[in-house]
Amino acid sequence: MVSLTINGSKEEVDVDPSMPILWVIRERFGMTGTKFGCGIAQCGACTVHLDGEPIRSCSTPVSAAEGKEVTTIEGIASEDGTLSKVQQAWISEQVPQCGYCQSGQIMSATALLRDTPQPSDEQINAFMRGNVCRCGMYGRIRKAIKVAAGIEQPGQQGAAT
Amino acid sequence: MNETTSTKPSSSKTSRSRAAKWTRRGFIGAGALAGGALIVGVAVRSGNPVGKLKPIVAGGDDEALINSWVKIDADNLVTAIVPHCEMGQGANSTIAQMLADEMDVNWENVRVMDAPADGNYVSQHAARLFVGPGTLPDRPNQVGFMEPTYDGLFTQLGKLAGAYITGGSSSVRSTGQNGMRIAGAAAREMLVAAAAKEWGVPASEIKTQNARLTHAGSGRSEPYSAFAEAAAQQELPRAPKIKQVSEYRLMGTPAPRKDIPSKVDGSAIFGIDGGPDSDDLRYAAVKAAPVVGAQIASMDASTAKGMGGVLQILNMGDFVAVVADSYWQAQQALGTIKTAYTETENDTVSTAKMFAGFSAALDEAGDTGGNSKAEYGDPIDALGGAAIAVEAEYKVPFLAHATMEPMNCTAWVRGGKCDIWTSTQVPLMARDGAAEGAGVNADDVTMHPVFLGGGFGRRLTPEYSNQAARLAKAAGYPIKMIWSREEDTAQDFYRPADISRFKGGLDENGKAVCWNNVHCTEDEPAEAPLIEFYDIPNVSVRNADVEMPVRLGAWRSVAHSQHGFFVESFVDELAHAAGQDPFEFRSAHLANSPRHLAVLEGAAKMAGWGDALPEGHGRGIALVRSFNSIVAEVAQVDMTGNKPRVVKMFCCVDAGFAMNPDGLAAQMESGIIYGLTAAMYDEITLKDGKVEQSNFHDYQMMRMDDAPEISVQIINGAPDNIGGAGEPGLPPAAAAVANAIFAANGTRIRELPIAKHFA
Repeated sequence: MVSLTINGSKEEVDVDPSMPILWVIRERFGMTGTKFGCGIAQCGACTVHLDGEPIRSCSTPVSAAEGKEVTTIEGIASEDGTLSKVQQAWISEQVPQCGYCQSGQIMSATALLRDTPQPSDEQINAFMRGNVCRCGMYGRIRKAIKVAAGIEQPGQQGAAT
Repeated sequence: MNETTSTKPSSSKTSRSRAAKWTRRGFIGAGALAGGALIVGVAVRSGNPVGKLKPIVAGGDDEALINSWVKIDADNLVTAIVPHCEMGQGANSTIAQMLADEMDVNWENVRVMDAPADGNYVSQHAARLFVGPGTLPDRPNQVGFMEPTYDGLFTQLGKLAGAYITGGSSSVRSTGQNGMRIAGAAAREMLVAAAAKEWGVPASEIKTQNARLTHAGSGRSEPYSAFAEAAAQQELPRAPKIKQVSEYRLMGTPAPRKDIPSKVDGSAIFGIDGGPDSDDLRYAAVKAAPVVGAQIASMDASTAKGMGGVLQILNMGDFVAVVADSYWQAQQALGTIKTAYTETENDTVSTAKMFAGFSAALDEAGDTGGNSKAEYGDPIDALGGAAIAVEAEYKVPFLAHATMEPMNCTAWVRGGKCDIWTSTQVPLMARDGAAEGAGVNADDVTMHPVFLGGGFGRRLTPEYSNQAARLAKAAGYPIKMIWSREEDTAQDFYRPADISRFKGGLDENGKAVCWNNVHCTEDEPAEAPLIEFYDIPNVSVRNADVEMPVRLGAWRSVAHSQHGFFVESFVDELAHAAGQDPFEFRSAHLANSPRHLAVLEGAAKMAGWGDALPEGHGRGIALVRSFNSIVAEVAQVDMTGNKPRVVKMFCCVDAGFAMNPDGLAAQMESGIIYGLTAAMYDEITLKDGKVEQSNFHDYQMMRMDDAPEISVQIINGAPDNIGGAGEPGLPPAAAAVANAIFAANGTRIRELPIAKHFA
């Protein structure tokens, strides 16, 4: 039995303690926003927060969450449903294409901005390099992080001539 | 698709009175749904560019069909029911935008819903209202796809919804242009007609805007919903008038995508997330024979049997599966199973041997042999008389798609029926695969629409829905089967490897006089290796038949992915041999191709072509026409480190008309990164018949710290001749970078991936 908090809700779960957090939250709690991509912490699609720190949930056993707080993509909006600044910037910059990696991207970006509210390009590159976007929306992710940080104004590109 | 619609014909009389009409563009039908909603549908025949897939989905017909539907609810919300899969390209949102513009509906009032790949939806809920008795086409040969019966017609319409392919960069230019716009225009005309009748005023005096009907003379104004039911009773327009470019209000604007909000809060349901609300759901991990054609000869599952959560261990002949309470438990147990495989003729396949075969085939084809793709002038004679002769050979590897969402499928087989949740670009094909696996009729398979976690051509095959259905049938309860990343990498349908050889000649003024190319892959699309837009008078383009005992598939931009690199690298070599600037050289050969020239000049101008660069940097340019769009890209590469670093990419695109410029720009950005990833890092190799790569550590993805800054500029060069968006950004990328490396330090890259040369 592992005791942990998921998005503010205290839970006890009877699973093999070596089962990765990813499968516990997806299969036992039905929260499917966190995605399976590689299984070996290479792509970041499974990123969640463990006591606020971003971790790759595909490679972190649930025993590591004993007594701790797990936050997933489903848990970062306000209780009244207002999206976080990062989520809002993801919409204003029209970041997602297929969207599969974006929960992980948003969780990483949220952690980055908490510790580094005004990140430089180099800091964004270093922090976000663990999250693969196969649709290649890196430019928009970079811009959205700056918009969420208040460094840049929201706005779309692509005006036709 | 979580929406269900209950339908109730208002009366058999009104059904009869409602004519379904053929226009010169297709078939329009309309009906009223319960609660006063109007539904209008359009079926159109139109050319489909996805060549290789046509026989599979269109039964040998050389045309495909478009179904587009629109629904207006009592609350004045307009729902576009779109027959394409949303795999990231945003096209569903864009074609809804086209519909909304023709209907004069504001974007806020528009919803998008996937067309269900399920005949039952149509027959039970919608299509029965499309066509009343006595309205079947009187010349059935015009509509060979429809059976000459009432129910048969509905069934066929339903199948068409499932037949839809999402590929070939085709959604906007076929479904949008020919289906959605007609449906929107027809719906608008019927609403106007209904209001004109009720208000007793001429239809021509009624204005439509923001989903409202207004008659200035009498001061009347009502939302569309007020006339939705009455509109269903109106005469169907025979040829609805669609807008001129000057009348566009939503088309050509960056309307926000409708699918994005669900993709930032975790609520979007992808294939891997879908499934029945059932406590009986269990999980399967699978491993197929690693060599094409091999079967499981024997397996030792003694360790797996005792592992926690393991329910079933199955030898399925061509793959091994473990079913467990959790996917992770299934995967752990599968990893302990020792498997022996049957011998096959593919056990000795290797990439080295295949490339040797390519070289031998090209040697044999020589300057004139092989299958002719284009021949004009006399390139042999012209080369003999050329002032400068240039020769080069280029090589590209096999590639995997590596969608972020690995292949997966959830299946439930019970009572002669099968339910399927899976990410697929071709719902009908996935359905047929599942039907075969479940041993049920295709009509008894229900496909549940889900988002795709990437497509790129990978999800055009039915093998994974077949696997899941077989497992669910064997298990007797619902099964969620997920491929590991390793399985996904090893069991892909790969972009073909290729070698391409060129001989070109220049006259004393540096003008290209001849072009002779022979390569190996089949060309799909056929235009991929062709260069008729360049003013070169003597041309031969051929391919040689080669053996590739590998699963091959369509990979984003298909043969353009290889030929973009080959052709634009060789054009660059010709330019340098002529002692000319590569941009000037291309410009000089585009005298008869003004749209190509404008795009080339656009990219050069964006990049500041000719301006000084930092020490060790170089610029390269490339121009490719694909899927009816023209794209030029300039790469700026930094060669001061121990490996090339792409710093900036400048992209100019003419896709005819950008229905959603931000969406088109996003597709260019995406295609560029996909192309750069392949150009820089990746190759799939085979040894002893097996793929050697397995996961993202040995099949690398471009990441944030290597991703260049990308600028996109759009030219609307042909508003009536729209091109694709999902693929055309990719083909120029590799050549632009290779050409930039040459400009920086004189190293000519003739083989991809580039990383190989800097290991």
